[in-house]
Amino acid sequence: MIEAKNLTKSFGKQLIFKNLNFRINNGEFISLIGPNGSGKTTLVKILMGLESKTSGTLNVAKQTIGYVPQFRNIDLDYPLSIEQFIRLNLKFTFSPKQRQLDNELITTIMEKTHLTQLKNRPLGLASGGEKQKAYLAQALLNEPKILILDESTASLDVEVKMQLMDLVQELNQKYQLTVIFITHDYELTKKYTKRALLFKNKTLEELDVAEVSKKMFEMEG
Amino acid sequence: MFEYEFMQQAFIASTFIAITAGLVGVFVVSRNMSFLSHTLSEIGFAGAAFGILVGISPLAGMILFTLVSSIAVGSLSGEASRREASISAISSLFIGLGILFLSLSAQSSSYATNILFGSIVGISAPEVKQLLILALFVIFIFLIFYKPLAFDSFDHLGAQASGLKTRLLSIIFLITLALSVSIGAQIVGSLLVFVLLTLPAATAKYIVHSVPKMILVSVGLSLAGVWIGLYLAFITNWPVTFFISTFEVLAYFGGLSYKNWKLTH
Ligand SMILES: Nc1ncnc2c1ncn2[C@@H]1O[C@H](COP(=O)(O)OP(=O)(O)OP(=O)(O)O)[C@@H](O)[C@H]1O
Ligand SMILES: [Mg+2]
Repeated sequence: MIEAKNLTKSFGKQLIFKNLNFRINNGEFISLIGPNGSGKTTLVKILMGLESKTSGTLNVAKQTIGYVPQFRNIDLDYPLSIEQFIRLNLKFTFSPKQRQLDNELITTIMEKTHLTQLKNRPLGLASGGEKQKAYLAQALLNEPKILILDESTASLDVEVKMQLMDLVQELNQKYQLTVIFITHDYELTKKYTKRALLFKNKTLEELDVAEVSKKMFEMEG
Repeated sequence: MFEYEFMQQAFIASTFIAITAGLVGVFVVSRNMSFLSHTLSEIGFAGAAFGILVGISPLAGMILFTLVSSIAVGSLSGEASRREASISAISSLFIGLGILFLSLSAQSSSYATNILFGSIVGISAPEVKQLLILALFVIFIFLIFYKPLAFDSFDHLGAQASGLKTRLLSIIFLITLALSVSIGAQIVGSLLVFVLLTLPAATAKYIVHSVPKMILVSVGLSLAGVWIGLYLAFITNWPVTFFISTFEVLAYFGGLSYKNWKLTH
């Protein structure tokens, strides 16, 4: 469970948001929406402890978080294959039994993310969508209880987008995985999430997904 | 050539230097720190000159200077790019200091040449022992931190997201980098130690696609470079550094061509 009370963040003199009050329950599939620069990425970074808050309180139950960041610097020369990239997130082990388990886990996750055929391709040469799938697969590796997707579907074609969202939905339903989905996509918000957190006027509104309108994705500032 | 004791010592020392440089190099390249390793070797030059001036060994002076500056870099916050500009300003200062220290210390200029360009005859048995201990220490650190270091070096954001202490890892890495620069400079010289710290790993990046394989190829290429270099330097009496850098540069372009060939086949 995640609970924020009067959470405020400024970078120096620049106020990003103030007095956020919200609660995200275990097993929820929630979207986080709002215009560019409204503080979505900053908020999830604070949730993960990668960025500090300015004031207010924030309780995040201690659990594994999988994060698929919005930006990643993988250039054309990036050497690791897709499988080796995913494997970075494995813990070191001497135990042959654990290695066996790890290998099985990798195989399953690559199948689920449709990466099996591509596993030996250098990640630098993969397409934008293939990269996103690899990022997701890597984040799923340590079996997180909370999954944060930061615009992870933005560069995907419709079919792959749905495949990935279906997979995330399946994990959400089967294992009560909490999903925080940052997006600028109206259709996906409507189709997959039950509730939305909307950044507006430097604060956050909690909405039922039925109240989410197309207009909310069109406004600026 | 092994009937000469100095050649035995040079051989042992450069074997360990090559192993550490090849290993550390994979992480230098994946962390985009080629530039920093270049600067650290210039700082190392100033450190060695300082060592001569105050009467401690050049190696100790080098370690002192590179360690302090790498920890300083590690505790600087901010974007890498912003860091690069300040690093290069600092490095000019250190080259100047190095030259000053040398001229103050009234040592013969052959000493300076050795530090800058490296030498295979300069190494004594106790120095080889020091190098070995330092090299083994670096390798040991890498064995302990291998997994998290690899994660952080090949995917910094992913490592942060999964909760690794990336700041600490970065400082640990910079310490091993400082040590590798200092020990590598004893044979290949501070001017070219970054050759061993970057080229073999950059080549490996073009031909293999996993961290352990990159380490194998990188260590292999840097071993081949120093062994061939030592042998040719011995029979021709030309500087060892010339042969090492020529070999590594050829290997690099070989690797690059292989990669391009593979892309079209
Ligand atoms: N480290 C930082 N230092 C200073 N300002 C920052 C920093 N990180 C973000 N900001 C500022 O905070 C604001 C919110 O940024 P953030 O990335 O959270 O927006 P976002 O809602 O994720 O936008 P987008 O939809 O474009 O991804 C922006 O104005 C940005 O410039
Ligand atoms: Mg963002």
